[in-house]
Amino acid sequence: MSKHTLSVLVENKPGVLARIAALFSRRGFNIDSLAVGETEHPEVSRMTVVVDVEDLPLEQVTKQLNKLVEVLKVVELEPGSAVQRQVMLIKVRADAATRSQVLEMVQMFRAKVVDVATESLTIEATGTTEKLHALLEVLEPFGVRELVQSGMVAIGRGPRSITDRALRSA
Amino acid sequence: MAEQARAKAPVEVTGAQSLVLSLEAMEVDTVFGIPGGAILPAYDPLLDSVKVRHILVRHEQGAGHAAEGYAAATGRVGVCMATSGPGATNLVTPLADAYMDSVPIVAITGQVSSTAIGTDAFQEADIRGITMPVTKHNYLVTDPAEIPRVIAEAFHVASTGRPGPVLVDISKDALQARTTFSWPPKIALPGYHPVTRPHGKQIREAARLVAAAERPVLYVGGGVIRARASEELRRFVELTQIPVVTTLMARGALPDSHPLHLGMPGMHGSVAAVTGLQKSDLIIALGARFDDRVTGQLSTFAPEAKVIHADIDPAEIGKNRVAEVPIVGDARAVIADLAEAVEADMEAGQGGDYTAWRERVAGWKETFPVGYTAPENGALAPQYVIERLSALSGPESVYVAGVGQHQMWAAQFVQYERPNAWLNSGGLGTMGYSVPAAMGAQVGEPDRTVWAIDGDGCFQMTNQELATCVINNIPIKVAIINNSSLGMVRQWQTLFYNERYSNTDLHTSVGSRVPDFVKLADAYGCVGLRCERPEDVDETIRQAMAVTDRPVVVDFVVERDAMVWPMVPAGVSNDAIQVARDTAPQWDREESEAIEQHTDADHDGR
Repeated sequence: MSKHTLSVLVENKPGVLARIAALFSRRGFNIDSLAVGETEHPEVSRMTVVVDVEDLPLEQVTKQLNKLVEVLKVVELEPGSAVQRQVMLIKVRADAATRSQVLEMVQMFRAKVVDVATESLTIEATGTTEKLHALLEVLEPFGVRELVQSGMVAIGRGPRSITDRALRSA
Repeated sequence: MAEQARAKAPVEVTGAQSLVLSLEAMEVDTVFGIPGGAILPAYDPLLDSVKVRHILVRHEQGAGHAAEGYAAATGRVGVCMATSGPGATNLVTPLADAYMDSVPIVAITGQVSSTAIGTDAFQEADIRGITMPVTKHNYLVTDPAEIPRVIAEAFHVASTGRPGPVLVDISKDALQARTTFSWPPKIALPGYHPVTRPHGKQIREAARLVAAAERPVLYVGGGVIRARASEELRRFVELTQIPVVTTLMARGALPDSHPLHLGMPGMHGSVAAVTGLQKSDLIIALGARFDDRVTGQLSTFAPEAKVIHADIDPAEIGKNRVAEVPIVGDARAVIADLAEAVEADMEAGQGGDYTAWRERVAGWKETFPVGYTAPENGALAPQYVIERLSALSGPESVYVAGVGQHQMWAAQFVQYERPNAWLNSGGLGTMGYSVPAAMGAQVGEPDRTVWAIDGDGCFQMTNQELATCVINNIPIKVAIINNSSLGMVRQWQTLFYNERYSNTDLHTSVGSRVPDFVKLADAYGCVGLRCERPEDVDETIRQAMAVTDRPVVVDFVVERDAMVWPMVPAGVSNDAIQVARDTAPQWDREESEAIEQHTDADHDGR
């Protein structure tokens, strides 16, 4: 299996997310990560879907997505030519004895502390999945009490925009 | 022009009136449905419409299949209507059926008021969510101003590209509210652009493969029927002299009488069609989808064949079998363009020569015709009944089957000479399709004889629509191929479950007649006939044909143990085709490749 990142431009209408999610489930594809939000055009939403499939089934899922009436465009973003980011919030055990060590890690990973209590620190980190996993690994010895992460978002490098073209052809 | 002729200046109306005006503007002449609480507002202006005829059915499933039958027989969009909750959920089976077989229908359902949605209100069901995986598209409308646009979009989506079902769910308050109706509305489908014109480069590439092939076969699917491409297909076949197989969904796309027609491929296909595909070196698939019932075990299907796969739905291409030349486009345009390219090659002296191959397939066709052995005890053979129906009613009739043995026999033993003469539930395999679909076909084609060829099991799933037929003067004819069993399941029990007949005895003729179909027909006000001996078949069919003022139900009591042959058991290679039980075709030495029969325990023997 290999991971693929799909950018799916859809009409910003109620029920579209359900339709996309149902399609993945019905065709037997597992979604690793999913993020949805409005684009610079309020009538268009963009979904970033990370799927774990081989090339042939990926072609099938792309074609099935394109068949949905509310889907405007499906683009696969290659890791080499796209910026990919995920946000993670981590609540770590940290008392007077360990706090400075934890803060050191936070600095090394260019993460941020967004909440402090006597027993804990809450850290916000942004990056690729690999970077976030590395951060998590060094924090684990201190005790991770709670963890939440967003879906991956991704955008192609360079001046070209996939939304402009999608709207023009629409 | 037509659009302008139907243009309507804005008028103040209710949402319900807007719906009926929209249906009239779409030139809908028939709606099959049942009213109920949430859809009630729509039924009031429907009463006043002089353009739209509403036919009150007895079960919403009947409305859905009737819309399908109407659409499949005429090529126009079929329309059905139901109320919220159970009314809507009863439409799910026909919607799924229409989705699998690419039938253009629009279903309109009432929904509880927008303020009550999500509260588990009386007769509330999330029909939009429920039908998402079984419709081409669907809508929930809560703003009455959207009704004309959504109706116009629904018909457009249903009938263009790969046809399919579209559901429009409208909340009761949207139907009751005041709104403005004007026509035509502005369609807003930015993500919907079906490709219909094939790419010239792909056509040339396909023509190159056609010229280079030695053993080509045209694998024709239901897409050719939906695209109305029969005439183009016939011309292409005459031009190239390439042998043809027509799938269950494509029977009639090329006349059965055509000398290059090898019959139906697949699990119950003819030896010539199955073997022709198996041994071909080029498959030209037109509007077909390499269904498992055609390919058998996929890995051993036509192992030496290159594939040209033309379909209007890009997702079908490469889904099951990799295509050397994929062509996205409407079948009619594809065949016409391909014919032009191949003709140019032929005129340049670069056409293919398939003479030896044609002789070989003609040999299979002659040696292994689809046939049957009449029972020795004088009992009635189901195949004989269907053969005689075809002979006496002729190719201009419409034949509508249910699902099971009788469906396969109707596909094998009726001679189809024109498209849209054969209606059946191919993909979903919906028992109970026949009677309501025949009703819809008869409404759409009032001048044709419409025969529902049904099984005793199927018939009992939807025969309540006989009441609809009698009351609305829809004189369908029903031939029940009554073997007192769920016959296809019984056949699988015979072959794969040691003749342990678990729950397949229906008691409709052997030992008892529950129900007595002749009395049932009589109770509905239909003509009921029964035929139990081969010598009475022709006379009974003639009697049935003579009735034109009401439906006729004929109870053909047939031999119980008849089985559908040839057969390739599910999941095994098409090389293992059997012409009768434990009987592989006897090939000449060069081709003796028929392999040993595997026992299969696939459970989907319906």
